[in-house]
Amino acid sequence: MAAISGDNHGLRLVTRYLVLVLVALVFLLPLLFMVMSSLKPDAQLLRDTSSLRAFLPVGDISLQNYADAFERAPIGLFVFNSVMITTLTVLASLFLCSLGAFSFTFVRWRGNALVLSIVLATLIIPFETIAIPLLLFVSRLPWVGVDGLTWGWLNTYRVQIIPWIADALTVFLFVQYFKDLPRELIEAARAEGASWWQIYRRVVMPLSGPVIATAAILKALKMYNEQYLWPLIVVQDEAHRPIMVGLGYFFQLNVPWGEVMAYLSMITIPVLVFYLVLQRAFIASIASTGVKG
Amino acid sequence: MSRKLTENNGAGWAFAAPSILLIGLFIILPFFLAIGFSLTDQRLISPNPTRYVGMENYRDLLGLNVIRIEPERDDSGLLARDDDGALEYPRVRSFTRSDDYPQYRGMREWFRVHAGNTAYVVVARDVVFMKALTNTLIFVAVTAPVQAGLALCLALLINQRLRGVNVFRAVFFMPVVVSIVVVSLLWRFIYDGNDGLLNSLLSGLTFGLFQPVDWLGNTQTALGSIIAMSIWQAVGFHMVIWLAGLQTIPPTLYEAAAIEGSSKWQTFRYVTWPGLRNTAVLVLVVITMQCFAVFAQIDVMTKGGPLDSTQTLVYQAVERGYGRQDISGGSAISVVLFVLVLAISLAQRYFTRERN
Repeated sequence: MAAISGDNHGLRLVTRYLVLVLVALVFLLPLLFMVMSSLKPDAQLLRDTSSLRAFLPVGDISLQNYADAFERAPIGLFVFNSVMITTLTVLASLFLCSLGAFSFTFVRWRGNALVLSIVLATLIIPFETIAIPLLLFVSRLPWVGVDGLTWGWLNTYRVQIIPWIADALTVFLFVQYFKDLPRELIEAARAEGASWWQIYRRVVMPLSGPVIATAAILKALKMYNEQYLWPLIVVQDEAHRPIMVGLGYFFQLNVPWGEVMAYLSMITIPVLVFYLVLQRAFIASIASTGVKG
Repeated sequence: MSRKLTENNGAGWAFAAPSILLIGLFIILPFFLAIGFSLTDQRLISPNPTRYVGMENYRDLLGLNVIRIEPERDDSGLLARDDDGALEYPRVRSFTRSDDYPQYRGMREWFRVHAGNTAYVVVARDVVFMKALTNTLIFVAVTAPVQAGLALCLALLINQRLRGVNVFRAVFFMPVVVSIVVVSLLWRFIYDGNDGLLNSLLSGLTFGLFQPVDWLGNTQTALGSIIAMSIWQAVGFHMVIWLAGLQTIPPTLYEAAAIEGSSKWQTFRYVTWPGLRNTAVLVLVVITMQCFAVFAQIDVMTKGGPLDSTQTLVYQAVERGYGRQDISGGSAISVVLFVLVLAISLAQRYFTRERN
């Protein structure tokens, strides 16, 4: 015992790392299992769950499941839809929400504080509580397009983009950031006769890199990952469906697990790669939603 | 709010208008529409004009009653028993379908409790909604504290000065960037009763002693399995918020505590925890709101089954509002959901407020 206690520090260090590794495995193994399973034919995949082989790329390894998944569902179309919807929403959101936050923070107008507090109050409304009335609302909205005035937004891209552009969280993030910018800069620009648009465009936005990254990451993650309930109810046709709803093609009596795992890996790996590259920014963006609470 | 530079109503409104308009149209308006529709018989598509029906939707959802039922007695006044020796009770149907009891009309048995020989049968107008309501409350009551607690443990674990600790932070956070839809389908496979990874693992760890469980196909385990998976996916998110809170605590406080010779627990109790008060409110409010919104897990994993053991409020709202095109019914559930979210957030803010 004496010998061990002499090395107490080393032992404690080992224990600490052991705990960290065990906890890490809990988070890592299911994802590893998903990717490894996507490489195996169904029969082997099911056999392998009974041993550590489930987490290893062993046996009959191929990309056949990926090819089969493409046969089963128009994956290219779904990916295109998801990426397009996500990109347009994020860009519009960054522009309009930052513009709004700029006005709330720097410009003095009647009702400013009241309107801002109403906007922030909507943070308490979960989307799920308004999905059903919103469904009826968008099904009757007008739209002017190539074929003139039409009614109803169901089965379109716009119904998946426009309602998601503005949200209180994004406005809040920009307002928090703008409040800490040096006011002398804006005052100086104002004194030199710059218009509000010029101040927004040339003074404030160039200084807002960090908050733009934060807002973009949070919004993109939400749009790409969580767009399930809404497209499920407003888009019935295949042409406009995003990738998460495309999973429906694999829900069957006998689930083709190999293909499912290939599909899941395909939609997840790009996000994980993005995450691993921009890890700090991802974590900072979540943290910044909570700092000032 | 900070001092505004110059008065400029035109530019101010013009810049704020697009975001205000969108939030007004797609968040605030539908919120009031939900309240409005819930008082009517609005349907998604209907040839008939919409009628105002007052509180009828809420009565249909929330209608509850208790029937007191005495066991049957035979001709001599003795308690009648069936072949297994259990007491026999009159059927609940004989109350809910009888003209003698108009107050029970159309209700179904939700559950019963026995007090002595008397059975108290709780009947509900909408048993599925009642199950969805209780499941959602269980989901919140279990997930919120467990997830917040585990997230704090993880945050403390990676807040140590250790080489490479950032790698672990990155790994713990990983499931957060994976879609809940993906996670749900992946875990459906892990939970599978025959070929699932979890059963294989447990059976391996116990050298074959563990009997396989159909985790999602069993009314006893389905909701718990969904809760466990939901915590696994989201705990990293709240770990990061706790961590941000931990890092706002001035190191000098820890130094002072060390000089005073306080134990690890004392340091946590008197330095760390008080410094996390605001973070705690935020974490609990955010988790609660996310929990009340639980939908994708249910839709992908169980569709509310088996035997409604995983029904939730959002799942029911969608099933009615979209599945049955009953906008008013779905809206009424949405309003109930919102009232619950609001009540619980306000309660959390109240109980965790600064006490000066």
